[in-house]
Amino acid sequence: MTVDGTTLTQIPPLAGAGAEPIAGKARLLRLPRSPKVVAGLGVLALFGLGALIGGWIAPYSPNATDEAGWVQHVLVTGTGPGTNLAANYYPLPLPPSPAHWLGTTVFAQDVWSQLLASTQATLFVGLLAAAIATALSILVGVSAGYLGGAADEGLSLLANVFLAIPGLPLLIVLADYVPSAGSSILLVALIIAVTAWAYSARVLRAQTLSLRNRDFVEAARVTGEGPVRIILVEVLPNLIPIVAASFLFTTLYAIGAYVAIAFLGLAGSPSSSPPGLWNWGEMLRQGFANNAVRGGWWWWWAPPGICIALLGTGLALLNFGIDEFVNPRLRLAGITARTARKAGVRLRASLGATPVLRRARKTSERAGAG
Amino acid sequence: MRALLRRLSVYLVAAFVALTFSFLLPRVVPGNPVAGAVARASQSGACNAQCVRAVEEQLGFDVHTSLLSQYVQYWGHLAHGDLGHSWSENAPVLSLILSYVPWTLGLLGVATLMSFLAGTAIGVLLAWRRGSWVEWVMPAATFFQAIPYFFLALVLVLVFGQTGTMLRWFPSLYGYDVYSDTPGLNLPFLFSVIGHAMLPAATVVLASMGGFITAMRNQMVTTMDEDFVLVAAAKGLPTARVVWYAARNALLPVVSNFSIAISLVVAGQILVEIVFNYPGIGFHLYDALGKLDYTLVQGIFVVITLVVLAANLLADVVYVLIDPRVRQAA
Repeated sequence: MTVDGTTLTQIPPLAGAGAEPIAGKARLLRLPRSPKVVAGLGVLALFGLGALIGGWIAPYSPNATDEAGWVQHVLVTGTGPGTNLAANYYPLPLPPSPAHWLGTTVFAQDVWSQLLASTQATLFVGLLAAAIATALSILVGVSAGYLGGAADEGLSLLANVFLAIPGLPLLIVLADYVPSAGSSILLVALIIAVTAWAYSARVLRAQTLSLRNRDFVEAARVTGEGPVRIILVEVLPNLIPIVAASFLFTTLYAIGAYVAIAFLGLAGSPSSSPPGLWNWGEMLRQGFANNAVRGGWWWWWAPPGICIALLGTGLALLNFGIDEFVNPRLRLAGITARTARKAGVRLRASLGATPVLRRARKTSERAGAG
Repeated sequence: MRALLRRLSVYLVAAFVALTFSFLLPRVVPGNPVAGAVARASQSGACNAQCVRAVEEQLGFDVHTSLLSQYVQYWGHLAHGDLGHSWSENAPVLSLILSYVPWTLGLLGVATLMSFLAGTAIGVLLAWRRGSWVEWVMPAATFFQAIPYFFLALVLVLVFGQTGTMLRWFPSLYGYDVYSDTPGLNLPFLFSVIGHAMLPAATVVLASMGGFITAMRNQMVTTMDEDFVLVAAAKGLPTARVVWYAARNALLPVVSNFSIAISLVVAGQILVEIVFNYPGIGFHLYDALGKLDYTLVQGIFVVITLVVLAANLLADVVYVLIDPRVRQAA
């Protein structure tokens, strides 16, 4: 079965005592090997870097305007020389050029500088909201699953109610009524978190429920450990993969929600008082409100949208990676159909037993592993 | 039946919470809408005590009685279908919303159904033909899932929309041709409606399909390993039949997670309507926000919430109908 020095091994379905022991570290190291995870981490690192050093590499201030130099002046027809009206000009944004890498807006502002400033705020709000929401979901989900009984009924009902109420309308009404919500990113993040925690709480509750009757938890209970200690020391560490996945999922949702309410003009504008922060949704809002689509000024509204899509894809790929890590049936471990065919393993429609494959180490290195 | 009643009670509580929330928010948060409306009224001359009173009545804010009696009054109004009076449109909020709802429900219903059917079918295919070229559909689906609905809408307008700059194939503003067609049961109007729905519907379908594809594919991969699928194949049933057996079982968890999907699609639809000036409930929510018409904003929030809860209940009923295990227990 040797293929170019690498071998495909079919892992026995029962990973019992005889199976190859896998050290925790090795498993963690295997995670980044999936191309999905590598791509996801790469995209995240890129945006993280942009957010961190954006302030230094931005060529201009996002609010800087130069009405004379950064827009084209087009004469309004029917005014100026030859007519009896004074010359009247309207401004047009500049397309990308060496001076303005992503062109300018119709307000004579540099799009690239705005994009860098926006990346920072968008990432910050997304991560902050996701952190708050995840903390809330752990609090509610794990307590519900562990305590059971009336507490479980009540907390599950709470989560189900928040899950059933549509998120964005709730978000809109909240952001609309809370005064100056736009000027405080902490408030924006809090409002987003309130609409974002329920799904993770439900997932965590289900998992806690299955953990709480396991032997090691029973043992801890019998030795007289208190519920708080059991939850923190015995239960929570076993929930970490799920918490990580739900954190990514919630970040994705939070960024989408932030951009959406900013697009609706509810997350504060840099020109309002007190001023809000530049973010991708605000850039899209300004472009949309000033006919950037109709004018064909794609450099104004396309970059923030592409950023959202890229970051979202990166987070989703990372999430897939974790899913495949948790459920090996979803994964092909980077094995292409061709490699598999050469090795004589059927990938397609293998009923009853989807092959759980992974690339074994080179034959020479396999001595201790088998 | 018990499972259904349980879900029903969740939705009733959710409706109660949403309505109470909608009542409390403007009254608890400082800087309430009355102050804003009074300030607006003061622009055209001083607003005396009588004027303030009139503004309060118009907004349905009787701030001089206790919160509890206001609350009782609020439920009384709701029971009569009275959601207040919109000052910007000068009409009862309920009748306004009822005129918006058909646009939204029509577009949302057709688009979600198409997206669900196509998405599940593609998901089944992806799971069945794993390891071939179809694997490349997954990253594409992820990408479309990550794009915000309104950005996809902007791109479609740019490429296909008549207000865009490239192909100009489909109309990309309003729900029908407001200049040449009279709404009613006539063919030009009907064609106009269909033409105007093309781009918004395409946006919703493209943006929401990724979620259905991923969910169905992951369920299908797990279900294909179940013994009953192996038995079906071992009996020599045609492949299509075996796939069908696996698919309809994989579908169950997807349907039971429908509530999350519907919430996301509704959120997306609101933004899509704004981009296309589509005369549905989302566009008017945006419009009312801009005009600071709080009564209308609140009314729309209440109606959207109730409609989504009803859709959830419908999905639960469908679930009971298609899952014999739940039906037996009922």
